[in-house]
Amino acid sequence: MKRTLSVLVENRPGVLTHISGLISRRGYNIESIAASSTELPDVTRISLVVEVVSTAQLEQIVAQLEKLVQVIKVIDMTNNESLVRELALLKIKVEPALRQEIINLTEIFRARILDVHPETMVIEITGDGEKVTAFCKLMEKYGIIEIIRTGEIFLTRDAEPAVKIRKESLR
Amino acid sequence: MKGSEALIKCLEYEGVKTVFGYPGGTVLGLYEALRHSSIHNVLTRTEQGAAHAASGYARIAGMPGVCIATSGPGATNLVTGIATAFMDSIPMVAITGQVPKSIVGTDAFQEVDITGITKPITKHNYLVTEANQIPQIVREAFHIASTGRPGPVLIDLPKDVADSECTAKIPGQIDLPGYKPTIKGHPSQIKLACKILNQSKKPVIYVGGGIVHSGAEALLLELSERLDAPVAVTLMGKGAFPYKNNLYMGMVGIHGCPAANIAVCNCDVLLAIGARFDDRVTSNMPDFASNAQIIHIDVDPAEIGKNIIPKVPIVGDAASIIKDMLKCLNQASHPEWLAQVEAWRPTEQGVYYEGKDDEALTMRKVLHQLSEMTRDNVIVTTDVGQHQMVAAQFYKARRAKGFISSGGLGTMGYGLPAAVGAQLASPESIVFCVTGDGSFQMTFNELATASAENLPIKVLLFNNNNLGMVRQLQKFYMKENYYSVDMPGNPDFIKLAQAYGMETYTMEHTGQIQEILAEAMDNNKATLIECKVSCEEMVYPVVLCGRSIDEMILFKGDK
Repeated sequence: MKRTLSVLVENRPGVLTHISGLISRRGYNIESIAASSTELPDVTRISLVVEVVSTAQLEQIVAQLEKLVQVIKVIDMTNNESLVRELALLKIKVEPALRQEIINLTEIFRARILDVHPETMVIEITGDGEKVTAFCKLMEKYGIIEIIRTGEIFLTRDAEPAVKIRKESLR
Repeated sequence: MKGSEALIKCLEYEGVKTVFGYPGGTVLGLYEALRHSSIHNVLTRTEQGAAHAASGYARIAGMPGVCIATSGPGATNLVTGIATAFMDSIPMVAITGQVPKSIVGTDAFQEVDITGITKPITKHNYLVTEANQIPQIVREAFHIASTGRPGPVLIDLPKDVADSECTAKIPGQIDLPGYKPTIKGHPSQIKLACKILNQSKKPVIYVGGGIVHSGAEALLLELSERLDAPVAVTLMGKGAFPYKNNLYMGMVGIHGCPAANIAVCNCDVLLAIGARFDDRVTSNMPDFASNAQIIHIDVDPAEIGKNIIPKVPIVGDAASIIKDMLKCLNQASHPEWLAQVEAWRPTEQGVYYEGKDDEALTMRKVLHQLSEMTRDNVIVTTDVGQHQMVAAQFYKARRAKGFISSGGLGTMGYGLPAAVGAQLASPESIVFCVTGDGSFQMTFNELATASAENLPIKVLLFNNNNLGMVRQLQKFYMKENYYSVDMPGNPDFIKLAQAYGMETYTMEHTGQIQEILAEAMDNNKATLIECKVSCEEMVYPVVLCGRSIDEMILFKGDK
């Protein structure tokens, strides 16, 4: 089962390695990982999608992550009412005759065409993981030359931040 | 002052009195600062020895042991020692030199990514990038190493950073946003645990190294008497409970005592404190304490639910939680249960004492005698192998810090350098290193360290010219196809010890045991006692792979 975790860490060199190393070392599978700065100075948010076999296994991952000194908090976002988005760029093989078909599909998915060449097109799409996957599957029929996905990032819908950190406690 | 001087000053501030290490190019500045310091610098003969010595020192002194190594091969030689400390939760601060920052990442001479290599085996590690970070880093390192679940922390110090100016002051309180160990247990969890214990008819208390780290021995005794519950210990928990007490069942696990193993499998409530349900204890997880409600108390939240899902998890410090529990536990009485446990103990004539009356020298006889003769001021360190298990079974430690062994990682070569560290931490103690011919040859070079430091360590060397434990495994699992366990090239250990200036004794018959041990105990000299034993001596009881711990093979020819 897929589980999404939001991990708040101190922004220090090597912290991303540490986290991904810990997860892979214990045999868990990372589906996607995205890291970025946050509204707090020196705090990085790492959005993780992991594949686990049981809730107990997920609890272990969370516990092991929270043991790391640089990890401030781990939040299981799976059951939260959260907004999820992912971005993908696809380079598709498009014969001129099929170009209109692709443009229609792009409009239906509210994707954007970034680049057009005689034989190819580059399309950008955002949405939750399922939508992006659905679009990619459709595009497979035409021939995907290259594709890159960012992995999902998430934010809760509440007025409050998911984790309150006192600025003074940050170094 | 220079970064290296600042680091040494910070060590002094933390109360460090002794460091173990091996110099090299990138730590020249550090050693120059050490030369001016009051800290006692111990030169070991490998860096692995330095790490193990720091570990032995930490276990006795109760504060982080410090080891220093140069970059590259010096740092990688520390890895085994750091991993050993990590697995046994020993507080340690390892300091490694590193090539100058400007050439890090260029495969420079004696460069290695030690922070990358030790990430999985340290609680935390640091690569210092500016001299002004040093006071903060050292304070943090000692804090992290010694609090919560203790463990090793590594500080990697590039040479140019060590040589540059440090003007920062030593900080006061440190507050790490991502590191806040829990001390007090959750009150409602404690209440629930007490409710279950108050209703229990067949309780068992299972304790490990966590009791020792927490200093909770006296509280444990009070708890066991309140609950009238028998106590089983792990290898790391040996000495945490008085062995003479009626409630003491001994070590539990694949080489554990029958009473402990069977009681755990038949109890209705298992109270686990500062132990982690390691596979050496549980053997076959589904069968372990399968009828019991499990209460798991540990300072590390990641241990709870890792191997076994408890009925009542309580995160926090053992001493603090036991104190809180005692407030709501009734005085219990379980005479029938205790009588049952008593019946499960082996008799004098039984399995433990196979061959008691014949003249052949065995590890059991020697270690039993050592146990009889031992005193409160004796510390025993062990290496790894059959001798270690027999020592765990027969040597009754008089106190929690009286038995030092590599449990989690099972590192051969641990015994002698750990004995060096232990002796330096406690000069008034008598230190015995119990070892085998295999383990001894991994780190006997530290005899030179012992000699240089005038340490009267007694090495009790069981020589069966074999890798005993592996041979035993080949007997049980490889259809007695013994291969690569015979050690015909062994040196004359007596001559070897004499070359290091030690007193030596050769033990070949049971009649010699008492006399030789007594002489060695009081001679105040570095001593080696070579006990010639047979490779046919197996460690019993043994629980074979996949079996439940109450399915023991009790003696040769059993099952």
